[in-house]
Amino acid sequence: MTKPHLELTGVEMAFDTPEGSFIALDNINLKIKKGEFVSLIGHSGCGKSTVLNIVAGLLQATKGGCILDGHEINSPGPERAVVFQNHALMPWLTVYENVELAVQQVFRKSMAKQERRDWIHHNLELVNMAHAANKRPGEISGGMAQRVGIARALAMKPSVLLLDEPFGALDALTRAHLQDSLMDIQQELNNTVIMITHDVDEAVLLSDRIIMMTNGPAAVVGEDLYIDLQRPRNRVTLADDPTYVHYRQEVLKFLYEKQRKLESIAPRRDRPAAAETIKKAHG
Amino acid sequence: MSTLTTSGSGAGTSIWLKTQTERLTGARLAQACKQLILPIAGILIFLGFWHLAAPLVNTSLGAFPGPAQVWEQSGQLWQEHIDQRERADKFVTMQEERNARILADNPDASVKIRGYPGAPTFVDQIVTSLITVMAGFLLASAIAVPLGIVLGLNQYLQAATNPLIQIFKPVSPLAWLPLVTMVVSATYVSDDPMFEKSFLTSMITVTLCSLWPTLINTGVGVAAVNPDLLNVSRVLRLSPWTHVRKVVLPSSVPMIFTGLRVSLGIAWMVLIAAEMLAQSPGLGKFVWDEFQNGSSQSLSRIMAAVLTIGFIGFLLDRIMLMIQKKVAWNE
Repeated sequence: MTKPHLELTGVEMAFDTPEGSFIALDNINLKIKKGEFVSLIGHSGCGKSTVLNIVAGLLQATKGGCILDGHEINSPGPERAVVFQNHALMPWLTVYENVELAVQQVFRKSMAKQERRDWIHHNLELVNMAHAANKRPGEISGGMAQRVGIARALAMKPSVLLLDEPFGALDALTRAHLQDSLMDIQQELNNTVIMITHDVDEAVLLSDRIIMMTNGPAAVVGEDLYIDLQRPRNRVTLADDPTYVHYRQEVLKFLYEKQRKLESIAPRRDRPAAAETIKKAHG
Repeated sequence: MSTLTTSGSGAGTSIWLKTQTERLTGARLAQACKQLILPIAGILIFLGFWHLAAPLVNTSLGAFPGPAQVWEQSGQLWQEHIDQRERADKFVTMQEERNARILADNPDASVKIRGYPGAPTFVDQIVTSLITVMAGFLLASAIAVPLGIVLGLNQYLQAATNPLIQIFKPVSPLAWLPLVTMVVSATYVSDDPMFEKSFLTSMITVTLCSLWPTLINTGVGVAAVNPDLLNVSRVLRLSPWTHVRKVVLPSSVPMIFTGLRVSLGIAWMVLIAAEMLAQSPGLGKFVWDEFQNGSSQSLSRIMAAVLTIGFIGFLLDRIMLMIQKKVAWNE
């Protein structure tokens, strides 16, 4: 068997809290192939972002480790570009300058000036944002800013692209639009991608593989589901596709039956009015 | 059919337009009222109150001056300045003529060029004060901004220096002044001094009092950089210097400028007090001299100085605001 592109072995993450050590992750093992699009899904607080941050190098695992192309990961780097949930663009730089900051840093030596300029424009065109190159993040919509965040990450030519709930802060239509764009880009570039999400449709539609995580504390990989659907995928035709529906059901079952989260229902008890409305609505 | 609708909607449009224009003029009027008429009304009411109340306050130097007397004295101060300038020009030309004559008689003669010995006028004092305050403020900023960045980046240093900052921040300029005077006298010894000692004393006092708001705001601004942006910087592996230049500094510019504006306001207030006490040239000395002088016009002249001080302080703040709007990305 060939060596995996990215491998997490026995990753444990403990945080120091005033009440003692809190084990967020317990023995996470993952092998990811080159070009694979992997989604991490789980309830909020299960530590999926922690896994991503460990791969990014922003956090250090307390036990176990992470190997990318034969090198251990122990600090952040542009070969593991991150797309943050809230775009994380520098508000004082224009769209172009934001991408330029990354390109300048990564390809200062390997690309000529003109080459870098073309590369920045190429990446902005890839996400359909070339028209707003001279705008500041404050002047464009959240969806557009997130596109620029993706362009900045892609411009680093990462070996792994890490997406931390990239579309979580967007409205449903913009999200669908961006998901389609991401699928097109992925089709073209064939990046290795790890995406955090809590949207079941998003996970099934975009991924080659869905890693379902159990609830924390001490979260582990619950199920590992391979999505064997033809690409390019179309959200409208897939909606009735029995295989798609089956995969979707698998994830839903895991999240809402096997790993049902009780706390998420609890707050409703504090709001009797809301509970009443729900009861009435149900009959 | 189509003509009918057009004419119908045309009538509607004209009515709509009319009400729109009426509404527009109404809004514009309210806007003008707020921006121009009300401030002018406020000033006029204040002047009226001042005019009526001033004669009721009696001092050993006569009744407190009203706006009319202050206006008259302001004109007087300006006239004195013009006269002094003329005399100074005359003095210089006379001196040049005399020197030319001496040189014509004897080309090897050494000629002396003296400055005009007359007392500085009100306008000269304003210029001196402005130079001193800018020097003190620039020195304070040159210390406070870099130091604030260092403290904001390092929470240990921040914790170590915080008590010192909190203790020195509320110290009045009057308390610093004797110490600064003594230290400057003792350390700045030179046969051909570049600066007057009195200038250095007031400048350093201004610096000591005005650097705190900038220091504190810069530290807070630097420590409050969005953690996502810090992560971007880490992912990009920016060097510490690039990190400060490209991420930390621009991100804290709005906070730094807020601090700078407060600092400049304090610097101007402190300067006047320092000049009064240190007898260093400037508006403060002008006020003090008039107070000691005790003529019947002194109070009017001091009042003119007070208004000038206030107006200059306001202008300084406006200039800072303009620079802030140019530089800060959130404006």
